[in-house]
Amino acid sequence: MTIQRLLVAKPWIWSFAATAIVWIITVLFTGGASSFGLSQAALTFAAFSVIVGIGQMFVITLGPGNIDLSVPATMTLSGTLALKLMDVQDGMIVVGLLASVGIGLVVGLGNYILIKLLRIPPIIATLSMSFIVQSVAIWSNRGLRIKPPETLAEFATSGLFGIPNVALVALILSAVAWVLLEKSIYGRWISAIGQSTFAARMTGIPVDGTRLVTYMLCAVLASVCGYLLASFSGGAALNMGSEYLLMSIAVVVIGGTAVAGGNSNIPGIWGASLFMFLVVSMLNTYGFGAGVRLILTGTIIIAVILLAGGRQSGR
Amino acid sequence: MSETLNRQEVVAARGVRVTFGAVKALDGADLVIHAGECVGLVGHNGAGKSTIVNVINGGLSPHEGSLRYSGNDVRGISAARANGVRCVFQELSLCPNLTVGENARIMHAELKGWNWRGRALALVETQLQDIFPGHAIDCDSTVDDLSIAERQMVEIAISFAGISAPPKLVILDEPTSSLDAGLAAQLMAYIRKFVSAGGSVLLISHILGEILSTSNRIVVMKDGRVVADRAASEFNNRSLVEAMGNVVREQELSRKAVAKSGAPVLSMPARRGHGHGQAKALPFEAYRGEMIGLAGLGGHGQTQALLDLYLARNSNWFPTKKRDIAFVAGDRSLNGTFPLWSILKNLSIASLDQLSSKRMIDGDREDALGEGWKKRIEIRTPDMGNRILSLSGGNQQKVLFARALATTAEIVLMDDPMRGVDIGTKQEVYEILRSEAANGRTFIWYSTEMDEIRLCDRVYVFREGAIVAELVGEEISEKSVLSASFAQGEAA
Repeated sequence: MTIQRLLVAKPWIWSFAATAIVWIITVLFTGGASSFGLSQAALTFAAFSVIVGIGQMFVITLGPGNIDLSVPATMTLSGTLALKLMDVQDGMIVVGLLASVGIGLVVGLGNYILIKLLRIPPIIATLSMSFIVQSVAIWSNRGLRIKPPETLAEFATSGLFGIPNVALVALILSAVAWVLLEKSIYGRWISAIGQSTFAARMTGIPVDGTRLVTYMLCAVLASVCGYLLASFSGGAALNMGSEYLLMSIAVVVIGGTAVAGGNSNIPGIWGASLFMFLVVSMLNTYGFGAGVRLILTGTIIIAVILLAGGRQSGR
Repeated sequence: MSETLNRQEVVAARGVRVTFGAVKALDGADLVIHAGECVGLVGHNGAGKSTIVNVINGGLSPHEGSLRYSGNDVRGISAARANGVRCVFQELSLCPNLTVGENARIMHAELKGWNWRGRALALVETQLQDIFPGHAIDCDSTVDDLSIAERQMVEIAISFAGISAPPKLVILDEPTSSLDAGLAAQLMAYIRKFVSAGGSVLLISHILGEILSTSNRIVVMKDGRVVADRAASEFNNRSLVEAMGNVVREQELSRKAVAKSGAPVLSMPARRGHGHGQAKALPFEAYRGEMIGLAGLGGHGQTQALLDLYLARNSNWFPTKKRDIAFVAGDRSLNGTFPLWSILKNLSIASLDQLSSKRMIDGDREDALGEGWKKRIEIRTPDMGNRILSLSGGNQQKVLFARALATTAEIVLMDDPMRGVDIGTKQEVYEILRSEAANGRTFIWYSTEMDEIRLCDRVYVFREGAIVAELVGEEISEKSVLSASFAQGEAA
């Protein structure tokens, strides 16, 4: 297989190549002093994007029109409620985790109820759901900032053999997601639904059941991410999820998952998450403001979609 | 009818040939329509009726032959319209989000300037009143809010309406398919009035009564040619059906006589059709090991019946425990193939239950299944890992057959699966179907091809969404299917 064919067959290589380039540029700019710290930070922050990105990827795989915009609100609500429930007690860590998983299940169910029963397109259904979820978070938060239990905060901010713990958690979740996608019947089903819902139905796939599970899975991953992020940053904030709306979609797209559905790619999410973080930190190093950063993020996403589209039509 | 010959030709299509790939849709057909006559056009599926209509209305350019409108040799949809040709399509073609008046504007470009809405409204209302006196359609409402019959009435009215001049020729393709008997009679009466005033109409209908009572002349098509073109008075129901069928061809197949044994494996109560002149509908039943054909004209509810049978036995929410029914798609790109996948994944998708333990797919078992079926039905590919779209249409269809046959399902539904498949592949698949049926599988087969219908043990004929006839064994012939597909009805 020539290099060119390899690049077409494994689109996630692009995101890793881009990551490596940006990493080298940034390290060179800072004179090599920051290479370890930069890698640590990249892995940590990429981990959060990876966790929400995997959930979003499952939903996008379901085909055109499927997207979950309630991800940021779900993260916020989960972080807020879990910390409130744990109330700085180490003994409540597991209870808090279970609570945030429960929140994810409820939000995912709510999303699909809106989509299916009221026949609202997913983009609007999940957006309206996110208003409800965000309002609950505001109402329950009341401006208080509760600290996470000490052990949990310690876990979220430290690492093992130089690799941040949150990155390890994201890695385990990615491995599970990969098995689910590549080896399980469920993975085949979502890919089939993404390519042709009608054909999937006519081969006996329970389409609605599969879609419901997928929306619930996405919300659960967002909740778990919110739980970890709140523990990592020493408390939940009402805007903690906001940057993950665009990020969760961007890492899926840049990672090589087909926007039109049916084809998904987990390694690419890692490459894309690292890349997005490094671009942001590179621009910070150069001293650009938030405005330029956002413009560049948008430009990158548009460029990737254009390039990916060109690749597909070339086949 | 020597008088007819002296009249002016509105449209004359002579020696028209149209081919789609290897399929000859029109093979030298002649159709001439004079001013002041109503021509009835009949024929079985694929006889070329729709194709010749598309040639006349300018939508299709004939590959050979001449086409003249009132003697002028011009081509294209706008040329046809300029020469007064209007067409009411079988598939209703109004814009559902616009009002009746706005739809009239789309058809009649002359409606412009100040107060065009008012004039459009007046135009449609007068015309509707002319054709269907006493109708209750509110022309201010959007088409969405109208019933299917009302939409058809509106479309007919818009086509007959003329602003500067009335249309010269109106083509009506199954105009009464959604109308009840009373409305159909009103329409037929209007057609006769329109024709006696000098206009001409090309009428396509599966209700022979309408054709016989309304047309002056009847044209019968078969296999892309005109096989009969005579005055309507020279035909009756029987002779018309005989003209459509191929009487010469004899039954060449000996069919095994299957006794209905035990309880039916699949059944469906009689469904009400949507047309008028409806004979009483029959229930559907299938027994073990039978090959059942669903016949009739295309689009008369056969596919819907298959979908209903299938979806009723498959939950949309929970995985099916034991799969007892499988479906073979006819429209591959709509409800058959998964284009991003390999041949193997396309084949195995329906039988993943058997290939997996604890919901995880066993790759070796999947490969073995693929190799087995590749040999058995000879899928022509070097590697089952190649993409499904790398195969020819016929081979893709074989994969879809294998997908259904590889399951444990006892019943296989087939939705006209041989559409566009070459004859060699067909023979191979027929052989497989026969051996599978002998092993006790039940096949329910919708086909638009008479040769395939004759392979079946028992045939249900559909008309207007309902089963109107059941044919068993020796009764299955082109003639009997045809006569059941066309209502002998007393319409108009």
